Amino acid sequence: MTGLDRYERQEYDVIVVGAGGAGLRAAIEASAQGVRTALVCKSLLGKAHTVMAEGGVAAALGNIYPEDNWQVHFRDTMRGGKMLNNWRMAQLHAQESPERVLELERWGALFDRTPDGRILQRDFGGHRYARLAHVGDRTGLEIIRTLQQHAVHRGIDVFMECTVARLLKDGDRIGGVVAYWRPTGEFVVFTAKAVVLATGGIGKAYAITSNSWEYTGDGHSLALWAGADLIDMEFVQFHPTGMVWPPSVRGVLVTEGVRGDGGMLVNSKRERFMFRYIPEMFRAETAETEEEAERWYTDKKTARRTPELLPRDEVARAINAEIRAGRGSPHGGVYLDIASRRPADYIRRRLPSMYHQFKELADVDITKQPMEVGPTCHYMMGGVRVDADSTASTVPGLFAAGEVAGGLHGANRLGGNSLSDLLVFGRRAGLYAAEYAKELPAMPRVDAAEVEAIVRELRVPFEGAANENPYAVQRDLQEAMHSLVGIIRTEVELKEAVQRLETLKERAQRVRVEGGRTYNPGWHLALDLRSLLTVSEAITLAAIERKESRGGHTRDDYPKADPHFARVNLVIRRRDDKMTVTEEPLPGMPGELQKLFEDT
Amino acid sequence: MNDEAIMHVFRGDARGGEFREYRVPVEEGMVVLDVLHRIQAAQANDLAIRWNCKAGKCGSCSAEVNGRPRLTCMTRMDLFPLDRPITVAPLRTFPIIRDLVTDVSFNYEVAKKIPAFQPRPPEPDGTYRMKQADIDRGQEFRKCIECFLCQNVCHVIRDHDEKKRSFAGPRFFIRLAELDMHPLDTLDRRAMIRDVAGIGLCNITKCCTDVCPEHIHITDNGIIPLKERLVDDYYDPIAWVIRKLRGK
Repeated sequence: MTGLDRYERQEYDVIVVGAGGAGLRAAIEASAQGVRTALVCKSLLGKAHTVMAEGGVAAALGNIYPEDNWQVHFRDTMRGGKMLNNWRMAQLHAQESPERVLELERWGALFDRTPDGRILQRDFGGHRYARLAHVGDRTGLEIIRTLQQHAVHRGIDVFMECTVARLLKDGDRIGGVVAYWRPTGEFVVFTAKAVVLATGGIGKAYAITSNSWEYTGDGHSLALWAGADLIDMEFVQFHPTGMVWPPSVRGVLVTEGVRGDGGMLVNSKRERFMFRYIPEMFRAETAETEEEAERWYTDKKTARRTPELLPRDEVARAINAEIRAGRGSPHGGVYLDIASRRPADYIRRRLPSMYHQFKELADVDITKQPMEVGPTCHYMMGGVRVDADSTASTVPGLFAAGEVAGGLHGANRLGGNSLSDLLVFGRRAGLYAAEYAKELPAMPRVDAAEVEAIVRELRVPFEGAANENPYAVQRDLQEAMHSLVGIIRTEVELKEAVQRLETLKERAQRVRVEGGRTYNPGWHLALDLRSLLTVSEAITLAAIERKESRGGHTRDDYPKADPHFARVNLVIRRRDDKMTVTEEPLPGMPGELQKLFEDT
Repeated sequence: MNDEAIMHVFRGDARGGEFREYRVPVEEGMVVLDVLHRIQAAQANDLAIRWNCKAGKCGSCSAEVNGRPRLTCMTRMDLFPLDRPITVAPLRTFPIIRDLVTDVSFNYEVAKKIPAFQPRPPEPDGTYRMKQADIDRGQEFRKCIECFLCQNVCHVIRDHDEKKRSFAGPRFFIRLAELDMHPLDTLDRRAMIRDVAGIGLCNITKCCTDVCPEHIHITDNGIIPLKERLVDDYYDPIAWVIRKLRGK
């Protein structure tokens, strides 16, 4: 056999890469538009990272506070993102998320209810009103299962445990993808008119993370290699509350719902320290005393919100500062206490999986004892630069939705805005990718030589006399990123990181794996290293250029926000095998939306 | 606890294999999956395991540890005395792919056969009203993380390969029960539950309930109520007479 015939061939109008919330929602929409749609994902269906989302999905349904509406949600999202968000994405997100949530209910989701039978909503950081529709603390599972079941009944073709390794282009346009089956190691060549990236984030570039093995920045890298722009890559969210003990669960997420439902943060001196960390931007709407904060849980009219529910970047920095000042807990975190504040049966009902997780993994009964928590790498605000309405990237035929897309969250994402992001922009990606595919007259052409070169590269880890262990390279990368490009950054350390990444890139070239191609995680990791290194470099280069502190990017050497950087996105491009960083102006917000920020 | 565990991990594929011994340092709080990861990182890069969330939420890392089906990410090492070897084997019911990874596609095929949710029309404002009390039971079933431990341990699937075609298994009985109890759903799945899902083959030994990491009362709250409904509807002699008289 010659050329492409030696590989499995598939042909679709739209290929969706990734089967978390965004990918599933995109595939459902594309298939509803009547185009041939395939869903390709690295894990089994239903295991993607969306399953880990706990607290809820943000939607201004107004079920608890009729005062809530899309304008308030929009304003909260923009302020949470330190005004760096793409305003149009934030607007569409706030406007459309209620309908997307109600649609899930029509597809069988069972959200927790208010006494009069509507969808119950819970308080979360940075949201003015109780806004998160939820199912206890397993909202992500409910959403992924609902979408999964709906997708299965639509008869969408699903390629499970199939990793997309490269995008193919026909001229300037997308032409397909090359993938490999993880169980067999066999290669598959997909020809496609449009590709939707819905691959999630990059957490596995860091040592302490709430993210699973899948989060290796695949979509970010595929897009960049194919010539697309990335934006906001310097903004990495460290969730304030990850588990810190025992060591094997370090980084596992503790939902913000604990604080939303009444949990407080205290240091080793039993001080409720968040009152000391209220930034100017949020002073007017944050409680000044414990008494006022307490009252706020039941009276949002005369009391202001507790500072424990400031946006995540603020809380993570505060916890980090307390630990650095020597006021941390025995295992290097702070205390998160709901036991002394809410009855045991309330805690078990509202936070069943937190109860279970601490009891089984840490021998802590959260209805009786405080939890120990600390920041954990959780979410990537930056990603593929997309058109707000259509999610189209700068490469024709390439779309992106969910965590892999940049813009909606600006410098910092509010809790609950990720699940709504997946639904709103997942749908839009599916819709516009299908439209694009329908308008394209013929199937793109796939170049056999290009495919051959890609496959040869994917086989390299089995060949040659090199001896690097992929796990060792990954561990050293994670440690470098954590210590040098973590929560608090300086120019000296960032430049050191650039050096270290160069060394790691060389080591990654020399990785050698044992065994064959049948379900070989060592080989899979060896291939993932390339995307991990790509996103690590993008994060580091952007972090060097943003000489200010804003949202998820804190520079010790530039501790203040700088008005110049308030007006620009940093754009990462790859040209002639080199990565570049360019400042480009933010899209201007129309006057009627600007007015929402004037009456604070 | 700063000790060494003796792990006997199955290595092999459909053609055969063996338990291989690995000695791994163990620290306080470690789970079986951590130990497997340590083996992977230092001793056997190609050790095939499935895992994702490492927090008991995705149901990927199922295996049989000392013969008992478990999520390896939620199985603490301090459950076991370290002076004896700990065996880790793949789920026995499903065809092996490699090492600890099995082909669970049977479950995804069954999922396709479940008739979809079909809601009644919404309220005039386009939304639905449901009482929390009416969805509590359905929410219990929707905690399912699809680890397939219940499917693995169910005798009908485990010991009777020929029954797989006509038996859905506990995971899908609670899915059917959840749809049956859903306040908005309008579809009658009784014939399907009896004829396609084959619920009659279940002899309620509760092995499924016993291994469920989410502590779902699969048998008591799901399977038995479904069986009772079918008995009432299909085998109640008075109802049978009425059906005959009405010519149905």
